[in-house]
Amino acid sequence: MQLLFESLFNGVAIGSVLLVAALGLAIVFGLMGVINLAHGELIMLGAYTTYVVQLIFKLPALQPVYNLYVLVAIPIAFITSGVVGILLERTVIRRLYGSPLETLLATWGVSLILQQFVRSVPLAQAAGVVLALVLGFSLPLVLPQDLLQGPRSRWVRAGSWGVSALAGVLFGSVLASQISKIARATSRNVDVTAPKWMRGGIEFMDLTFPVPRLVIIVITILAVVGVTWFLNRSVWGMRIRAVTQNREMSDCLGIPTDTVDVLTFGIGSGLAGIAGVAVSLLGSVGPNVGTSYIVGCFMVVVLGGVGNLLGTVIASFAIGLLTDLIGAGRLLTIWPDMPAPLESTVQFFATTSMAQVLVFALIVVFLQFRPAGLFPQKGRMVEA
Amino acid sequence: MFQAFQQQRWRWLVFWAVIVAVAIAAPAVLPVFRLNLLGRFLSLAIVALGIDLIWGFTGLLSLGQGIFFALGGYGAAMYLQLNSSSGQPNGIPEFFSLYGVDRLPFFWEPFHNPLFTLIAIWLVPSLLAALLGNMVFRNRIKGVYFSILTQAALLVFFNFFNGQQKLINGTNGLKTDVTQLFGQMVGSPEMQRYFFWVTCVLVFLAWLFVRWVVKGRFGDVLIAIRDDEPRLRFTGFNPTLFKTIVFAIAGGLAGIGGALFTVQSGIVSPQYMAVPFSIEMVIWVAVGGRGTLVGAIFGAVVIMYAKSLVSEAWPQGWLFIQGGLFILVVTVLPEGVIGWFKTDGPQNLLSKVGWVRKLATYPKLEIDGNEEVQP
Repeated sequence: MQLLFESLFNGVAIGSVLLVAALGLAIVFGLMGVINLAHGELIMLGAYTTYVVQLIFKLPALQPVYNLYVLVAIPIAFITSGVVGILLERTVIRRLYGSPLETLLATWGVSLILQQFVRSVPLAQAAGVVLALVLGFSLPLVLPQDLLQGPRSRWVRAGSWGVSALAGVLFGSVLASQISKIARATSRNVDVTAPKWMRGGIEFMDLTFPVPRLVIIVITILAVVGVTWFLNRSVWGMRIRAVTQNREMSDCLGIPTDTVDVLTFGIGSGLAGIAGVAVSLLGSVGPNVGTSYIVGCFMVVVLGGVGNLLGTVIASFAIGLLTDLIGAGRLLTIWPDMPAPLESTVQFFATTSMAQVLVFALIVVFLQFRPAGLFPQKGRMVEA
Repeated sequence: MFQAFQQQRWRWLVFWAVIVAVAIAAPAVLPVFRLNLLGRFLSLAIVALGIDLIWGFTGLLSLGQGIFFALGGYGAAMYLQLNSSSGQPNGIPEFFSLYGVDRLPFFWEPFHNPLFTLIAIWLVPSLLAALLGNMVFRNRIKGVYFSILTQAALLVFFNFFNGQQKLINGTNGLKTDVTQLFGQMVGSPEMQRYFFWVTCVLVFLAWLFVRWVVKGRFGDVLIAIRDDEPRLRFTGFNPTLFKTIVFAIAGGLAGIGGALFTVQSGIVSPQYMAVPFSIEMVIWVAVGGRGTLVGAIFGAVVIMYAKSLVSEAWPQGWLFIQGGLFILVVTVLPEGVIGWFKTDGPQNLLSKVGWVRKLATYPKLEIDGNEEVQP
């Protein structure tokens, strides 16, 4: 019984990390059909954001509320990755709608640039760039309309970007002067130290549940519930679904499809940022932290069935449970006296990377029987 | 008409003469280090030819060519290791003793035979490619799903080779530069020079072979698969068969390239199956020009050479440049450099600046055939 609980908990913990990482991809890939190979780097940006937020909370002024930095990091990471995602959509991806293979290559290029960016730009300056982007994209929303529509609209827009850039530079240099750790560029991995309340574990039924894992599970549940609510109940969520189902028709009915694209991509990228917070709680953060997740995320989305949130949820927990079952060699403890050849096979796969080998192979075999995943989209098309 | 043909032929003759001259003269002119690099990049050009075949002509973007590349490399390295380990205890390669293995794993045994090795280098990757390809194509999985699945397969193989110390030395890989072939060190300058020439010849043969594949009716079917697969199926063809064959050919080419690369770089390791490297292979073809065979060779050699030059001068810069190349080539130059020249790119550019008169063509039709024409 105890064993079952432990196994279940580990599986759910692995699955929830996968799920929160794949959730944004399920929206971007599932709803928009955009292959975003830079998704892993957006996760990485979220993790670095957590690191910077943590250092800011170590400043004397904010020391009393240091323990709450994780809660603050979540929305900031969402905004950081979201705004980088919006920039990506506006500059690159929107030119490539309808040609997924080209999008794949271009986003891979973006991911390389982002990886090198965090290596060779000081984190303080990077934070400044993010602030400038946030201001630059949001100023036109708050400025009075007659300024933006008037004869000098170009100047107004250019001016707002100029102001944002200035604010970004200022913010970056202030950060650099206050926190010496992020004033110089480094390609070394950094560590996010958990606040006091997140260390250790909770004892329950003779089992210890590590608190960071529990926090990640809670974050995941909140993210899934939030996304489900947003897509199914809110006005913009309905618009997003409408555009997904029939772009031309939605356009005719007056839905601003261009805005919907930006919004969808921004939210998908922002969710990657939240995943970054979760990832930063698990281990050290480096420029390559995202690449280790990206293939797994795509497998989750493909296995679950493209464009289906429920499928994504089930697929990630299934993968998590299987990985734990195989990787920790739990089959041996459940069935101690299995025949020798079987036992050696189980032993052979009882490491994390070999478990991944077996799980991916199983997914490929599964796709032989259900090529469109667990929950295929219904419809009659020549192009399945 | 006849004169133009003569001129064309004369130009081709000069072109080939220059290439042959460069290939023969290169070992004399270039220092050993550079020659070795050039040889490696030429072996990567063979892999690029295979990618051009499946992506440029058939429209299948495989992100898993690293599997076949590394398998070819491992085949060559296993033979070389066995060939030079007769002095070792148990007559098996030295690294096995580190892990307490005293018997050769079964799949090493046939690699004692040089002939078997020469065949296995391309046959094993192509059989594996045929198997993987058939599993995917049979279910009509295509487009990006194919790309993602090949990438997952790549990760599977990477993890497997990375984790198996007792079978193939895991992360450390197999070294070839201190092994013996024909009584000589594989890493010695003379051997490297021979490998360079062998590579040059094989690049040429691979080019001829791929050209032969894409020129005939078979090539027409491939292009039809790329442009409109359902229509081809409705005409009575079986795209699965063609795709499987062409994927197997590309796998075999990648295997040959991998073997040549391994003997010239002196080691084969699971890093050859790393995810970034396999995507990098795609950019060679994209920059050179997909659908143009010379473009694939050109792209592989030029980009890798640029990579090594830039990495020496400005180590942090290469990823920025490479990332920028990926973005630029799909947004600005989708037909690649050679393709740009073939589609009158220079002419168009000059006419935009105003130096050359614009070619008189029909105005571009804005309607794409879906519009209904009112009577």
